[in-house]
Amino acid sequence: MKTLIAISLQVVLLALLPPLLLGIINKTKAWFAGRRGPPLLQVYYDLLRLMKKNVVISSTTTWVFLAAPLVSVISVLLAGLMVPLGPMAAPIHFTGDLIMFAYLLALGRFFTTLAALDTGSSFEGMGAAREVTFACFSEPALFLVLLVLVKLSGTPSLSAMLLSASHVRIGSTASAALVLAAVSLFVVLLAETSRIPVDDPNTHLELTMIHEVMVLDNSGPLLGAQIYASSMKLLILAAFLLHVVLPLNPALVGRDWGIMLAGLVAVAVIIGAVESLMARLQLRFVPTLLVAACLFSGFGFLLIL
Amino acid sequence: MNWLALVILGVIAFVLSGPVGMLGRRSGNGWHWVSAAVAVAGGMCGLVAAFAVLLGSPSESLTIPAAAPAMTVNLRIGPLSAFFLIPIFAIGSLSSIYGLGYWPQSRHPRNGRKLRLWYGLLIAGMALLTLCQNSIDFLVAWEMMALSTFFLILTEDQKSSARQAAWVYLVATHLGTLLLVALFAIFRVINGSFLLRPLVPDQVGLALQTVIFLLATVGFGLKAGIVPLHFWLPEAHANAPSHVSATLSGVTLKMGIFGILRVLTLLPARPPAWGIFLLGLGAVSAFLGVLWAIAQHDLKKLLAYHSVENIGIILMGLGLALVGQAEHHPIWIILGMAGCLLHVWNHGLFKSLLFLSAGSVIHGTGTRDIDQLGGLAKSMKITAAAFLLGALAICGLPPLNGFVSEFLIYLGLFHTMARLPILSLTAAILAMVGALAAACFTKAYGSVFLGTSRRVSHRAHESGPTLWIPMGLLAAGCVLIGIAPSLVLTPLIHATATWSGQPSPELASLVPVKTITILGVGLLAAFGAGWVGQRYFLRRDRTGITWGCGYIAPSSRMQYTASSLAQMLLRALGPLVRQRRCEPQISAVFAGTGQFETHADDPVLKDAVEPVWRRLRFMLAGGQGFQRGSIQNYIFYMLLTVLVLLAFTLPLAMLWNWLL
Repeated sequence: MKTLIAISLQVVLLALLPPLLLGIINKTKAWFAGRRGPPLLQVYYDLLRLMKKNVVISSTTTWVFLAAPLVSVISVLLAGLMVPLGPMAAPIHFTGDLIMFAYLLALGRFFTTLAALDTGSSFEGMGAAREVTFACFSEPALFLVLLVLVKLSGTPSLSAMLLSASHVRIGSTASAALVLAAVSLFVVLLAETSRIPVDDPNTHLELTMIHEVMVLDNSGPLLGAQIYASSMKLLILAAFLLHVVLPLNPALVGRDWGIMLAGLVAVAVIIGAVESLMARLQLRFVPTLLVAACLFSGFGFLLIL
Repeated sequence: MNWLALVILGVIAFVLSGPVGMLGRRSGNGWHWVSAAVAVAGGMCGLVAAFAVLLGSPSESLTIPAAAPAMTVNLRIGPLSAFFLIPIFAIGSLSSIYGLGYWPQSRHPRNGRKLRLWYGLLIAGMALLTLCQNSIDFLVAWEMMALSTFFLILTEDQKSSARQAAWVYLVATHLGTLLLVALFAIFRVINGSFLLRPLVPDQVGLALQTVIFLLATVGFGLKAGIVPLHFWLPEAHANAPSHVSATLSGVTLKMGIFGILRVLTLLPARPPAWGIFLLGLGAVSAFLGVLWAIAQHDLKKLLAYHSVENIGIILMGLGLALVGQAEHHPIWIILGMAGCLLHVWNHGLFKSLLFLSAGSVIHGTGTRDIDQLGGLAKSMKITAAAFLLGALAICGLPPLNGFVSEFLIYLGLFHTMARLPILSLTAAILAMVGALAAACFTKAYGSVFLGTSRRVSHRAHESGPTLWIPMGLLAAGCVLIGIAPSLVLTPLIHATATWSGQPSPELASLVPVKTITILGVGLLAAFGAGWVGQRYFLRRDRTGITWGCGYIAPSSRMQYTASSLAQMLLRALGPLVRQRRCEPQISAVFAGTGQFETHADDPVLKDAVEPVWRRLRFMLAGGQGFQRGSIQNYIFYMLLTVLVLLAFTLPLAMLWNWLL
């Protein structure tokens, strides 16, 4: 019964929480800029509005364009069901689910970039080129983080290894490795969710075109699905990161759900702060940043060898 | 039931499929159909027999005695050979059907019959190779395969690119055969017979075994296309007709892997260093193969470089299994070997699918230059869907077959954490290879099939059923293994047990096959439901042109090209790619027309093989004096060689005894 409640809680949170994180980020950015900013729930209103709209579809496109938002949402949702949001194991967990997790995210990305090329626009082609380039560097960084966690927990399953990260004693070599992995994971999070310093989510001007420009031709529900999928990706990776840095205890369910939710808010605030305080990197330096992320988690792995 | 006889029947059918097709008129299609039917019938015989052996029928042997011991033929079918026979016969049959539409006799009166003759011999040679139990037979089958490949690359011998590619291939394959002759000579001396029997541990030292291992890696590696021995491969596969390329990439390369596996079963010592060497070699091949693929503009050369990548992945699995044997870790053996073998099948399926789809594109448009194609998904719906499915599978994305075999290898690498955690770092390389492959196929599919049509695509037309039926069957295979990996567990366990010589642990308990099935079906069901729901839910306002920031007359020339798509990635990883750039020189204020070109050459071919080759030619030029072209001279040389060899035999034998 308890697990059933935990599972339904996870599913509900996974489905409903993502736009809120975007709202918190936007509020933080507004606070830094001295503005009042949009309401906290603005992204929900936006999504609802988009769902009601009609769509305009370019005559250049094929079925791939219509399929991409759908594949994005489904694959991110399925990947999200493998990450424990709270102190309990995720709804789906099995040996090697971390491989499935990484490849489901890659599946969503593959279709999004194809849909961008489907429009035949050079703006969107440019966005697709950048997205696939950065993915080539963030993917090994993510796997190195996973390797650190597999090494520490001794099991190749996301739920087990994320929940056992809390048993690491602070001050031990293992905790140093976890800190390095967390830094690396934070960079991966920023890159995968198209945030500053990798991408600027506010604009699709050509200098900053990555994710926003890939969905330039999407409208109505199609655009809504893409926004929803990318915000869900943010939630999943933030929860992943929190499990690496926070000592959660599966026994104290009530307290740790609270810690987790507070942590998610904190991650959103930190992302908002980074966006307000940093400039976007020049595009040619982004691979360097991601290689640095690889090195961080790589060194973390060497520490615990 | 005598399964071995059935396989031999299949081999004979493939040998005969060529000559049968010669009975008809030069420009008539009738006998071409008969020839394909003979090939397919042979393929069916072979498949039935191979599946029977793989699913548990006992192994069978056959010896055809002869007066001279070297002429005796020893054949044997076991689970490992049956495992390799399945892609040979399956893809051999499907490509024969494909050839009916792709290379019909009526349209190719000049080379259609030649093509089918050598194609039948290629399939027969490969099938025999898996059965051979003595080194003479093995080398004969090997050369049968190697030489028919040469003639198949030369199908369009009027093209200089084909002649050049075939020539480089011939040099590479002969170099490989030379090493294999040395390898089998060593076996002959140690064993005292031509039979390929496992060596007895105390019979040979580790140093000699390592020599044998290295000879096998290089000799068979030249055929498999391991970096840096792949230099002949991209041009050769690009210049052969597409269904032949499908066979060469999907099946023939695997014969190199089969050779390495076969020789390893004969060596008693398997130190961990060998496994680590193969694992590293595999990681390097996978990474460089996919990186060089991204730089290509030629659709078939791009696919050919991906074969280098996938051979690398296969080799990673093999290396892991080998380390597992040295360290006595049955889990590493079973996961590494199952991943290696399953990837052999999977790569056969999706790479053939991709080459056949590429062939359909060439059939429909007449070019294989990616930068001239575009928007074909509208005029060639079936081909586009087939290519997309193959692309998803080769990138290792769920729920298709590529994911399952890569999953096995990843899982095996994660299991090395317990003893040799440094090995698991290659998992990160594999992850990068996956992302690079996705980048490459975004480029390939996006530029060829999506967007607006470029120069030549407007006259594209969909191909007929003889082309898309084989493609559909291959696609079905990709989906089937991806959704229901439990189907391939038994074959994998049997083949792995034959290779490692000990019963393997339960694969089903190590790999969550049921969960993969449930998630795969769930993914497809969710997509299907969403797709149907979307049709009702979406209200289309109107269709317009692509948003161009207010510009209302976009043309295909403004589209992002394949080259620009790859440019950023190539710049980031620049030093590893050999790209020639021809940029326009702008001199006046009102610049005239300029042309920008990039060419991606093979670094190994241009920087290592060609300079060495030129120097060799220069050094050996003096030897041309012996080439007089008169038969008497050559007979005299032979006699001289035999005499010299005889004179050497005695000291060599003494040297040998000392080495042992």
